[in-house]
Amino acid sequence: MNLVRAHILVCGGTGCTSSGSEKLITEFETQLSRVGMADEVKVVKTGCFGLCALGPIVIVYPEGAFYSRITPENVKEIVDEHIVKGRIVKHLLYDESVKDEEIMPLNDTNFYKHQMRIALKNCGVIDPENIDEYIALDGYKALGKVLTEMTPEQVIDIIKQSGLRGRGGGGFPTGLKWDFAAKQPKGQKFVGCNADEGDPGAFMDRSVLEGDPHSVIEAMAIAGYAIGADQGYIYIRAEYPIAVNRLQIAIDQAKEYGLLGKNIFGTDFSFDLEIRLGAGAFVCGEETALMTSIEGKRGEPRPRPPFPAVKGLWGKPTILNNVETYANIPQIILNGVEWFNNIGTEKSHGTKVFALGGKIKNTGLVEVPMGTTLRTIVEDIGGGIPNGKKFKAAQTGGPSGGCIPASLIDVEIDYDSLISIGSMMGSGGLIVMDEDSCMVDIAKFFLEFTVDESCGKCAPCRIGTRRMLEILTKITDGKATMKDLDNLKLLAHSIKASALCGLGQTAPNPVLSTLQYFEDEYIAHIVDKKCPAGVCKNLLQYKIVPEKCIGCSLCARQCPVNAISGEIKSPFVIDQSKCIKCGACMSACKKQAIVKE
Amino acid sequence: MAKSSTIPFAGTKEQKEKLDAVIAKHKDMEGGLIPVLHQAQEIYGYLPIEVQQMIAEGLNIPMAEVYGVVTFYTQFSTNPKGKYKVAVCLGTACYVKGAQELVDKISQRLNIGVGECTPDGKFSLDATRCIGACGLAPVLTVNDDVYGRLTAKDIDGILDKYINE
Repeated sequence: MNLVRAHILVCGGTGCTSSGSEKLITEFETQLSRVGMADEVKVVKTGCFGLCALGPIVIVYPEGAFYSRITPENVKEIVDEHIVKGRIVKHLLYDESVKDEEIMPLNDTNFYKHQMRIALKNCGVIDPENIDEYIALDGYKALGKVLTEMTPEQVIDIIKQSGLRGRGGGGFPTGLKWDFAAKQPKGQKFVGCNADEGDPGAFMDRSVLEGDPHSVIEAMAIAGYAIGADQGYIYIRAEYPIAVNRLQIAIDQAKEYGLLGKNIFGTDFSFDLEIRLGAGAFVCGEETALMTSIEGKRGEPRPRPPFPAVKGLWGKPTILNNVETYANIPQIILNGVEWFNNIGTEKSHGTKVFALGGKIKNTGLVEVPMGTTLRTIVEDIGGGIPNGKKFKAAQTGGPSGGCIPASLIDVEIDYDSLISIGSMMGSGGLIVMDEDSCMVDIAKFFLEFTVDESCGKCAPCRIGTRRMLEILTKITDGKATMKDLDNLKLLAHSIKASALCGLGQTAPNPVLSTLQYFEDEYIAHIVDKKCPAGVCKNLLQYKIVPEKCIGCSLCARQCPVNAISGEIKSPFVIDQSKCIKCGACMSACKKQAIVKE
Repeated sequence: MAKSSTIPFAGTKEQKEKLDAVIAKHKDMEGGLIPVLHQAQEIYGYLPIEVQQMIAEGLNIPMAEVYGVVTFYTQFSTNPKGKYKVAVCLGTACYVKGAQELVDKISQRLNIGVGECTPDGKFSLDATRCIGACGLAPVLTVNDDVYGRLTAKDIDGILDKYINE
């Protein structure tokens, strides 16, 4: 192995790739060759660092200089100054990482200080396309330990004692699931990985697969040993091309090293893995629908019982776990039950990864111990709400979850606390909303999503969610009565009680939780015909403030339907009967004379 | 729902040969239909009824089953896509940052609805699920190019680039 004097880590996650990090890598290589240092400095494409809002991110070691929002034009400067002359380019550094002219260790910055990385341990640290780097950080050590020192029963015992719960959202104890499958009669069994991360605004699983694919492969092999399966499937969204590609590279490398395939570590345990691509159906994240889809059919859910652990893929016992759940397994085996049990809250051990998005400064990926308060996540890690706006609510659990209002910002987040306040952990999407977000509109957005994604197999979901959406549309159009609100609640409870699968049973949650905390907003839409947040178009009017209007006619010329008229140099007027509320006039006006109310 | 395609199917001999090879490879694989459809869509760009027919015959499964699977999954399209595939992310993070305004603006400018293609085959418009670039919200992609942190005002500039190409 070549010794190098510096490492340049460039984030290759989807967020940074979208903002051009691939070009940076080529540019770094070109610039390093130009100064003749291509052999002394290594450029590494890593997984996600987490701070996506500041992408593309580049970290230069040994100094640990954290450069943010780097463009190809900046690369030459970093190479000439930092690499050649040893002078850190201060104006490109992430400003939070500099204090009194000194570079702080990354773990002291607000964004990282409150985090604890287990599932994301290797993300942004290693080159995910190189198995040697994973092995160098104790990779596949847990698998070796399990295969050579432990019986399958002991493995299941450890996972049970660790109290690890499914990170996909349901929170079912992982060890119990494994135990059910292990107790089935010997014969063909399967291990499945659910990487069909469909919640809008959630990208935890993708980041793990992009940044540390081997941890999932290792954990699946451990699961295979524990339940007696020799074949695994990873069901992953086709929308994640980078993750699919890295996963395939990782599987091929593991096979080459004999860490997958026949007689792993010289034992008589054999295990193989195959990737199956999803095709854009949200319901396939539900475990029974996922299995139907792997079987090559329409991904419709099946009634449970029988549970997959008894009758799963092709009718054989199958366990399905989420990506993040798997990423925890090798660490639990290596560090022991006690270590894991000391992290988190009484009933939820360990950490949880959240994809932080929406109206927040530090959009990105964070991993915190269970029991961290929402305030810490939003204000400290997230850096608060931009543009001086006020925090209104956080949405967790995607289309199956609910909203946590500002009054509950000090709630300690774990599986049970979130359920008790009407939301749920979900897979980990955490969308922050400020005062400009209309809660009725958000509920409608999620219902539109479920209506679109309902597979149509059972009537409560297929018909019921559509009726709910119609009522919500009536409300946002200002045509609803209070009777509609009662019907909405009635429908929500009936669907929750009667739908076939998780998608339908949880579909009413966004409505129920916004009703619980923001019923006044619903009433404002229905009774006062007003949208307090100024989002619902049909309840808005664009108006020209005569005192501010200078009569320049710019708005009238922009209006696509000629709804604005007036005489030059005197105030213009909008004809409300013609206005289509497109907002073109408002963005055209240079005097801020147009308001919506 | 998008209008069904009026553009006639025009598959080439090379495409048919590629498809036949894919079918042969997956004929005995359990659950092989979805992988075949993925690759067929890569070959033809979309999955018109003619292609579905070839797959049904090749894999020896009923046409109804193939059609059922194709129409179930949103990734599979029975409509051709434009030369430039405009896709606006409607994930939650993008939505709360105003992605709907981007869709409206593009739809108005190109005079097509979501899921449709312009008559000259140049542009198609899709609303996609979260593409995971939430740090750049709101986001749209044109083929492989990603545009982030957008407002409706940026749309004309982006489309002009492709219109004038």
